[in-house]
Amino acid sequence: MPSPNGRSEPDISRVPDTFKLTDWPVNCWYAAAYDVECKRELLARKIAGHDLVIYRRGDGRPVALQNACWHRLMPLSEGQLEGDQVACGYHGLVYNAEGRCTFMPSQKTINPAARVRAYPVVERHRFVWVWTGDPALADPDLVPDLHWNDDEQWAGDGKLIHLDCNYKLIVDNLMDLTHETFVHGASIGQRSITEVPFEVTHGRRSATVTRWMRDVEAPPFWKMQLEWKRGQPVDKVDRWQIINFEAPSTVAIDVGVAPAGSGAPEGDRSEGVNGYVLNTMTPETERSCHYFWAFVRNYNLNDQRITTLIREGVSGVFAEDEEVLAAQQRGIDAHPDKDFYNLNIDGGAMWARRLIDRMMSEEAQDERYRNSAEQSRRQEETVTRVEATEADAERLGIK
Amino acid sequence: MSSGRHFGPGVVREVRDVASDVRMVAIEPEAPAHPYPTGAHLDIAVVVDELPDIRSYSLVGERPVDGAYRIAVKDVPDSRGGSRFVRALQPGTDVEVSEPQSHFELQYGRPEYLLIAGGIGITPIVGMAQALERHGRPYRLLYAGRTRRQMPFVEELSELVGDKLELFVSADGRRLDIGSEVERLDEHGELYVCGPLRLRDAVQRIWREQGRRPDRLQFETFASGGRYAPEEFTVRVQDQGNREVTVRRNRTLLDSLKDQGVEMMWDCLRGECGLCAVSVVELDGELDHRDVFLSEDEQQTGETIVTCVSRAVGGSMTIDTGFRPEH
Repeated sequence: MPSPNGRSEPDISRVPDTFKLTDWPVNCWYAAAYDVECKRELLARKIAGHDLVIYRRGDGRPVALQNACWHRLMPLSEGQLEGDQVACGYHGLVYNAEGRCTFMPSQKTINPAARVRAYPVVERHRFVWVWTGDPALADPDLVPDLHWNDDEQWAGDGKLIHLDCNYKLIVDNLMDLTHETFVHGASIGQRSITEVPFEVTHGRRSATVTRWMRDVEAPPFWKMQLEWKRGQPVDKVDRWQIINFEAPSTVAIDVGVAPAGSGAPEGDRSEGVNGYVLNTMTPETERSCHYFWAFVRNYNLNDQRITTLIREGVSGVFAEDEEVLAAQQRGIDAHPDKDFYNLNIDGGAMWARRLIDRMMSEEAQDERYRNSAEQSRRQEETVTRVEATEADAERLGIK
Repeated sequence: MSSGRHFGPGVVREVRDVASDVRMVAIEPEAPAHPYPTGAHLDIAVVVDELPDIRSYSLVGERPVDGAYRIAVKDVPDSRGGSRFVRALQPGTDVEVSEPQSHFELQYGRPEYLLIAGGIGITPIVGMAQALERHGRPYRLLYAGRTRRQMPFVEELSELVGDKLELFVSADGRRLDIGSEVERLDEHGELYVCGPLRLRDAVQRIWREQGRRPDRLQFETFASGGRYAPEEFTVRVQDQGNREVTVRRNRTLLDSLKDQGVEMMWDCLRGECGLCAVSVVELDGELDHRDVFLSEDEQQTGETIVTCVSRAVGGSMTIDTGFRPEH
């Protein structure tokens, strides 16, 4: 074809092929459980491809261990919590909270190699966070900012959803809220979302999508809340959605409405209601993930009725996403030869994916991480199993 | 990137001048060439200013000939260097090419078709005419150009389609009246246009004015240049400390920004998706919008520019790419 306007990419290998990637960064904190889920009992959960058993010690501190007994790989979550230790439900080997074996059956000594991997854990913003990458890099300051979830200026609650889709599909979903109009028409959707312009900005670890809808009808979800706060209905509102992405998979969305013309776009939100939709996604496998969310508000903070009503309302809204996202994943799996096309509305999602990709490519180049990953692989797989086999051989007199 | 292009080796089989400034290049891929959809194009890996790059060229004709894909390339002095690379190819040269893909496929089942080609925009239209002819569908082919010498494939087409082909050679004073041509088209008919931006703009405007269904007008985007010849301009990037970037005549704004380390988002590179659009904060001169993403109104306000194809004309501008570093 005509020459003037061919396509151009200075470097073919740098084409942003982000939607092809199905993995995740490992040197970061992933939410593994809601605080209320982590109890004095054993919880089995796969986090970023790692099978974990999660529990609380007597003093309340959370623990995450590899969920496979060193001896015969029996899931420890099928065993017993004994004080701060876990006893395997098959042959009774016991591990402490550091993953060291403290008891072996029918012998007076303990094989010094016997241990299961213990993962760095932090509890913050009502979530138990786990670090599956290089433990030397596990800095608690790197926990994603979801402070609204544990702040006396804000009230609310949330849930955990298990979703049959890649975690990035939820990132896409949250970075582009035009879908509200079509997926959530009865609660938070409205035409104006698809009609007003939005602004996309990006930093080194974050991306933001900002959308203001001025002088619009409030959708049912917001009409109700504004009335709860003000005690009377409001006709037209200024509505905002400010979506903040923090790599690799946390999205805090500043949302709200205020009576039209009361100054919210200019910075005075005092007449309105403000909420945060807090989301953090944890990959489980390449095709499934754990989706932790909460909705918090800044008005009528002590009204538990509102907390429960909103939590259940949002839960119903997210069930609509759940169906769409699982169907989308099936669509992707059914068309392995097809790629996504991207629209202007995908700008926020594309920045998010680029930042995720960047984290992964930085990890791939970090020699310290490569060494550590190599080492842990040797410890986890080869060394452990070979040692067990040699010990067996010795005991059986073959060696 | 959505094109999912996979490149493979190929070899140039034949080069032949088919008009005064148009050369046809036949490329035989190592993997056997196979039939492709109408309106398909081939991506070719080129080298421009010692940098690897990609250019897209529509395939000429309905199917491969003697196992080779055929493209036609116009000699454009203001081009970004791709045409120079492809025109310099000689028989026996190795090249990397993609599988053919089509964004401009002929939709069957319409009562009538109108094909409009301007200049080198004839390339994807040839295969469409062949397909419609073979299926015996009613259509007309209107082919406009500056001089007869500059218009390739006229003999072949007139032999194939007879008086369904009408030539509009402006040097001979024959101009295409798009309005009356569209009026003559069956109300359920479809129009396919490929050619310079002015032609596409005119067709789009008339189509809209006559109240036609927008989905019945199909056009190819990467055939069209701008309203003005490309010239060098400067751009200041407000969110990068007002850094100045020079956009050379033969380089896109997007590439020039990327060359200077400005982080940009993009996808289609044809002015369609809008992902590479940035805000224009200040403008000294005029914008030459070459995209199909912005509406006519949005183009007129001049607040946004689609950087993969559009340019500034005469002077300079200040843009904001949305970079907001964390504290």
